Amino acid sequence: MSEVLLKIEGLRVAVGEKEILKGVDLTVRRGEIHALMGPNGSGKSTLSNAIMGHPHYRITEGRIWFKGEDITEMPTDEKARKGVFLAFQYPVAIPGVTVTNFLRAITKARRGEEGPAKEFRAEMAGAMQTLAMDPAFARRYVNDGFSGGEKKRCEMLQMALLKPELAILDETDSGLDIDALKVVCDGINRIFNPQMAMLIITHYQRMLNYVTPHRVHVFVAGRVVESGGSELVAALESEGYDRFIKKSLAAA
Amino acid sequence: MPTTENKAVLREELKDRVKDIVKDDYAYGFHDDDIQYSFKSRKGLDERMVREISALKKEPEWMLERRLQAYRTFLRYPLPSFLSTDALEHIDFDNIYYFMRASDRAQRDWKDVPEGVRRTFDRLGVPEAERNFLAGVSAQYDSEVVYHSVKEELSSKGVLFTDMDSALREHGDIVRKYFGTVIPTGDNKFAALNTAVWSGGSFVYVPKGVEVAIPLQAYFRINSDNMGQFERTLIIADEGAKVHYLEGCTAPTYSEHALHSAVVELIAMKGATIRYTTIQNWSKNVYNLVTKRAFAYENARVEWIDGNLGSCLTVKYPAIHLKGEGASGEVMSVAFAGKGQHQDAGARVIAFAPNTSATVTSKSISKDGGRTSYRGLVRVMKGVQKVQVHTVCDALLMDEGSRSDTYPTMQVDEKDVNIGHEATVSKIGDEQLFYLTSRGVTADQARLMIVNGFMEPFTKELPLEYAVELRRLMELEMEGGIG
Ligand SMILES: Nc1ncnc2c1ncn2[C@@H]1O[C@H](COP(=O)(O)OP(=O)(O)OP(=O)(O)O)[C@@H](O)[C@H]1O
Ligand SMILES: [Mg+2]
Repeated sequence: MSEVLLKIEGLRVAVGEKEILKGVDLTVRRGEIHALMGPNGSGKSTLSNAIMGHPHYRITEGRIWFKGEDITEMPTDEKARKGVFLAFQYPVAIPGVTVTNFLRAITKARRGEEGPAKEFRAEMAGAMQTLAMDPAFARRYVNDGFSGGEKKRCEMLQMALLKPELAILDETDSGLDIDALKVVCDGINRIFNPQMAMLIITHYQRMLNYVTPHRVHVFVAGRVVESGGSELVAALESEGYDRFIKKSLAAA
Repeated sequence: MPTTENKAVLREELKDRVKDIVKDDYAYGFHDDDIQYSFKSRKGLDERMVREISALKKEPEWMLERRLQAYRTFLRYPLPSFLSTDALEHIDFDNIYYFMRASDRAQRDWKDVPEGVRRTFDRLGVPEAERNFLAGVSAQYDSEVVYHSVKEELSSKGVLFTDMDSALREHGDIVRKYFGTVIPTGDNKFAALNTAVWSGGSFVYVPKGVEVAIPLQAYFRINSDNMGQFERTLIIADEGAKVHYLEGCTAPTYSEHALHSAVVELIAMKGATIRYTTIQNWSKNVYNLVTKRAFAYENARVEWIDGNLGSCLTVKYPAIHLKGEGASGEVMSVAFAGKGQHQDAGARVIAFAPNTSATVTSKSISKDGGRTSYRGLVRVMKGVQKVQVHTVCDALLMDEGSRSDTYPTMQVDEKDVNIGHEATVSKIGDEQLFYLTSRGVTADQARLMIVNGFMEPFTKELPLEYAVELRRLMELEMEGGIG
């Protein structure tokens, strides 16, 4: 078996006084794609924010390891430079900062050095083409006035350039039309390689038809309640979350 | 804090845009101790001092009269009362030098400029700037212009670009015709003070129909304890002429307060365009009280692009008087207030003629308890129709203790006018910071990116080397509050 990239043990997270994650366990190895599916409000985004170190999400118990290193309390920027990436469900706008300048700054931060501007521009143009993005996008301000689908593509563009080892994709498929979904999923497949791992959070089977997960986890009320292969996706699609919610209640 | 890295990132980014503008040894706040002042005036002001200044400059009688009259007005006038700050009362008028000069006369050749002065300008990158873009350089050191050059193509077109002292000697008739016509002596206490003791500043005259393609640029600098700097600038664009004038300021840090009180008069005749760009970065002990006003005649256009970063108190409301039908104007400003600073900036637009318009964009950033305020006046004179003035004020607060206020005043009696005012105040957001840090940039870099993005609408109006300098100054300001 390949190296464990991400290991989460007994993770409990609170927002304010409210506990949202109630003991999450998860192991993701290099070369694997994991899908995380669960009802609205079950805590999927909370999990991704907590992994990345969002200041509003307080880890009260448990640990997070990345490549064997405890990153539970590591500053967000350091995790990112080490190769953890989160594609946001709701990316925020940074007015006045062009996509080009932004991408240049973040790739430089991740790589620790800045290559020639010309090479960077070529690399960026190539990645944009892969994601079927209009070159004019590069001159726009980051996420400022972007449509839902444009924001998601912009997240994938960042992933393509940052080349993370662990990528968490929080509902990257939502807001994409059918054609865009295909383009984005093709892009994801091209970016994916055996040296990295992905954790894909989604509500729908349609994305997983393009990007085939090795493992599927059902997430209910702040916990992973069942894990299995891709057959779980079909089961969820036909039955919904009922059975799992009951299971979660029984366990609580 | 990883500020070195931060600095490196910015430097790299800038290098990419302009290779040799940013000098590695550029340092803000340096202080040359070994400059020899050939004349050092005493502190305080009286009538004898005013006469001495005028005599030293060998001025014509009418200017001496103007100065004396202004001195009396200055004594009579109270401090401005509209400011809800008592900061002005801390100014000790008796403890200020009102006149000083670093070299005896304006010099055209860079090599003739005294060594200490030259080093200061070297660090400011003046020669580079000139090599790269400039048509003419008029660099002011303390009260006197020491270095000045005008490219031949300009003079061949009849463009006059010189320091005000020389202008008074060489183009006395034009100066006499326009001096004080836009901002009369009695306009306010500080305009009166400037008129009494003015020294240096720029004079520009662009003849009918001449378009000056390259920006005219001047560097100003205060460099002496309690040094009052009272430059006087007069720019006249004759009918159909077009000119862009730029000035930037940096100053070393001193322990005692210095007073800077400039007067800037712009006259855009029929169909003329004047753009006036300033970035001021006085040291934190400087009171910067500036009166700026422009007349825009028929179909003329005036643009004030104004950045204020330094000083403990800035009071500045660039004004545009729309005096002829079809005139238009723009005031675009950025203010940064850090610890102990108050930037009281704004704009005044007065419509004297119909079918006129103006836009005002004011951006402010407050940090570490700094305070910014926007004080605006939009006035449409009686009987004047079809006026459009749109004002947008955006304030960015970097932390809880900082403050921003807006005081718009509108005096409009007429119906057929369109006056709009929008104001937003936002705090630097956790979500933006998280988003940026989640991509690997440090929190400091992230803040700087957000601030630079916020200022972008202003920055993109600047020539490249100014944009670079502004970003650098902002970087230093952002670092200033850390640790
Ligand atoms: N910053 C926050 N402040 C207050 N409550 C929060 C915050 N973040 C999450 N919550 C709450 O935590 C719970 C889980 O939210 P989360 O966004 O993690 O759910 P989710 O599984 O991602 O849902 P969805 O499928 O709708 O995206 C919700 O009840 C939500 O209201
Ligand atoms: Mg979510």
